[in-house]
Amino acid sequence: MQSKENILEVNHLKINFKTYAGTVKAIRDVSFNLKKGETLAIVGESGSGKTVTTRSIMGLLANNAVVAGGNVLFHGQDVLKMSQRELENLRGAKIAQIFQDPMTSLDPTMRIGRQIAEPLMVHKGVKKAKAMAQALEMMKLVGITDAENRINDYPHQFSGGMRQRIVIAIALINYPEILIADEPTTALDVTIQAQILDLMRELQDKIETSIIFITHDLGVVAGMADRVAVMYAGKIVEFGTVDEIFYNPKHPYTWGLLSSMPTLDTNGDELPSIPGTPPDLLDPPKGDAFAARNSYALKIDTEKEPPFFKVSDTHYAATWLLHPDAPKVTPPEQIIERQKKFAKMQQQLEDKKLHHKVEETEEQP
Amino acid sequence: MAKYLLKRIFYLLLTLFIVITVTFFLMKLLPGTPLQNQQKLSPSEQHLILKQYGLTKPIWQQYLTYVGGVLHGNFGTSFQFSDQPVSYLISSRIGPSLLLGTQAMILGVVPGILVGALGAIKKNTWVDTTTTIVSILGISIPSFVLAVLLQYFIGLKLHLLPIADWGGFAYTVLPTIALAASPFADTARFTRTEMVDVLNSDYIELARAKGLSKWGVIYHHALRNSLIPVVTIIGPLAVNIMTGSMVIENIFSIPGIGEQFVKSILTNDYPTIMAVTIVYSVMLMVVLLITDIVYGIIDPRIRISGKSN
Repeated sequence: MQSKENILEVNHLKINFKTYAGTVKAIRDVSFNLKKGETLAIVGESGSGKTVTTRSIMGLLANNAVVAGGNVLFHGQDVLKMSQRELENLRGAKIAQIFQDPMTSLDPTMRIGRQIAEPLMVHKGVKKAKAMAQALEMMKLVGITDAENRINDYPHQFSGGMRQRIVIAIALINYPEILIADEPTTALDVTIQAQILDLMRELQDKIETSIIFITHDLGVVAGMADRVAVMYAGKIVEFGTVDEIFYNPKHPYTWGLLSSMPTLDTNGDELPSIPGTPPDLLDPPKGDAFAARNSYALKIDTEKEPPFFKVSDTHYAATWLLHPDAPKVTPPEQIIERQKKFAKMQQQLEDKKLHHKVEETEEQP
Repeated sequence: MAKYLLKRIFYLLLTLFIVITVTFFLMKLLPGTPLQNQQKLSPSEQHLILKQYGLTKPIWQQYLTYVGGVLHGNFGTSFQFSDQPVSYLISSRIGPSLLLGTQAMILGVVPGILVGALGAIKKNTWVDTTTTIVSILGISIPSFVLAVLLQYFIGLKLHLLPIADWGGFAYTVLPTIALAASPFADTARFTRTEMVDVLNSDYIELARAKGLSKWGVIYHHALRNSLIPVVTIIGPLAVNIMTGSMVIENIFSIPGIGEQFVKSILTNDYPTIMAVTIVYSVMLMVVLLITDIVYGIIDPRIRISGKSN
C-alpha cells in the first residue's frame, strides 16, 4: 500500500513568533516528507515545535506567527502561499486533524451528528439529510455503539474515549489524504489509549490516509509509525524508520528519550531522565541546541551546528558524533542493548534473505 | 418540564410571600404617617382617619389583614388618590413602564451582543477600541445624567424629539435610550469577554480545521457558546432597568409605576408601596424564570431532561 510518492514535502521551514519579549524562533529549518499511506511520527518534548509544524501544514498558524523561510508543498503546491479560501478548501477535506483533548475539542452546544456531518456539508455541499446518513455510517465505523440513538446526543453525554472517536469521525468523514493526529491519546487513560490507537491503525487501512502522528510518548510510536522524526528545539535532530530510531539511534537526544522510557527489560530502580530544560528559543544557543544537556557534547557542538550525517538511506542524524573525526563514545547501556538487538534483527533478516536465495536456487532445476 | 415549572412557580410564590413580609415591616419603619402633610386636620380628626384605615391597630394585626386581603386579590385603596383601588392605579399605569422596560431591554441587549461580538472578532483593532470606549462610557455615565443630557441636546437644542411627557412613540425614544445605555454597555462588555474566550477554545480550532470560513465558525459555533453566560446577566439587567425606570420616569414625566412608586414612598401611601413592590418582584422573578428556561434551551448541558427523576 505504501508508495514512494511524496504527498507532502516540508522544506527548510522556519517559523518565528513575534512576542513582547522578542522573536521566538520556534521552527528553525525543518524538512521532512510524507509518503502516501505511511505514518510519520514526530517525537519531541513540549515546546520542541511539533505542533507549530503541523499548524503550518493546516494553515492554522497564530496571528503573531511569521514564516521566515521554506515551504510546505502539498502535491507540489505551497500551502504557505495559499489564499484563505484555498486553505479553507484544504482543511477538513484533504488534510484533517485530530486534537489532543477530546473533552474540549467538541462544540458543547451542537449535536454530535451535526458536528460530524459539518465537513461534508461545508466541502461537498451535501444536503443535511444525506450528510447525517453518512455521519451515522462514520459513527459506526469509528465504533460508537448504538450510533442510531446517539447521533442526536450532545458531547457531554459521551465519555472521553467516545468523544475522541467522534473527533476521529469528524476528521475522517471526507476521507482526507493526510490526517494529523496531535497527541490524540495524551488526554486519555491507558486502556482507552490502546483502543484509539487500534482504531486509527484499522481506519488507516480502510481510508488509505497518511498520518502525521505527533507525540511525546515513544511507547505509542513503536506500534503506530513507519518512520520517526525526532524534534528538539525547533529542529529535527534525527529521522529514520521505526526500527532504526528504536534500535540504532545515533543522536544523544534520542538516546536520552529512549533511556527515559521504561521497557520490559528495565531493571534498576531509577528511570534515567534528560537533565536540564530545553533552550530558550528567544535566543537559541550557538551550535547544537542540545549541547548544554548532552553529556556526550564535543567542543565543536558549542561552536557549529551539526549537519545531517547519513547512517543509512533512510536514517539521518544531526550530531557531530557521526563525523569521521569524532572520538568514539559509548552510548548508555540501554542503547547498546538496543543496538545489539538491532544487529541481531539485521542478521536474521540477512539470513532469511540468504535462505530464500538458497531455496530459490534449489528450486531451479 | 411541567414538573420543573410547577416547582419554580411554587418557589416564586414563596419568595413573593417573603418579599411582602419584609417590605411590610420595613415600610412601617418609615418615619411619619400618611397624613403628615395634612396639618389643617386636628389630631383627633387625624386619629379618626387613621382608625378608619385600620392604621391604629398593632402592626402585626395590620400585617395579617393585609396578607388576608392580598390572598383575596384585594390590594387596598390608595391614600393619595382617595377611593382609587391600588389595583386600578397600577393597571392603568403599568403600560408605559412595561413598554419602556421592554424597549430598553431589547435596545440594550441585542446591539450589546452584536457590538461585543464584533469587538471580540476584531480584537485589538480600532473596532475593538471604539466599542470598548463606548461600553465604558455606558457603564460610567449614570442613566439620569444621560437622560438630562439627551433632553438638553436632542430635545431642547435640536428639537428632534419631545423633552418629556407621554404621547406616541416619539415620546419613548429618549427615555428608552437613557434606560438602555447601561444594559447595552454591560452586555457588550460581557459578550466581548466571553467571545474572546470562546474564540480561543479548542472546539473553535477544530471548527477551523474542518474548513469552515471565519464567519461560518463564528455563526455556527462561537456565537451560541458565547451567549450562554450572557443570558445569565439578563436577570440583573432587568433589575437595572426597573430601578433605573423609577428615576427616568420622573425625569421624563412618564405616568408609569416607577414614578408612582417614588411618590407613594414620599407620601407614605402604604397600599401603593406594597402593590408596586409586589409588581416589581413578580416581573423580576418572571424574567429570572424565563432566563433559566432560555438558558436550558441554548445550553444542552443544563437542559432539564424529562427522563431523569
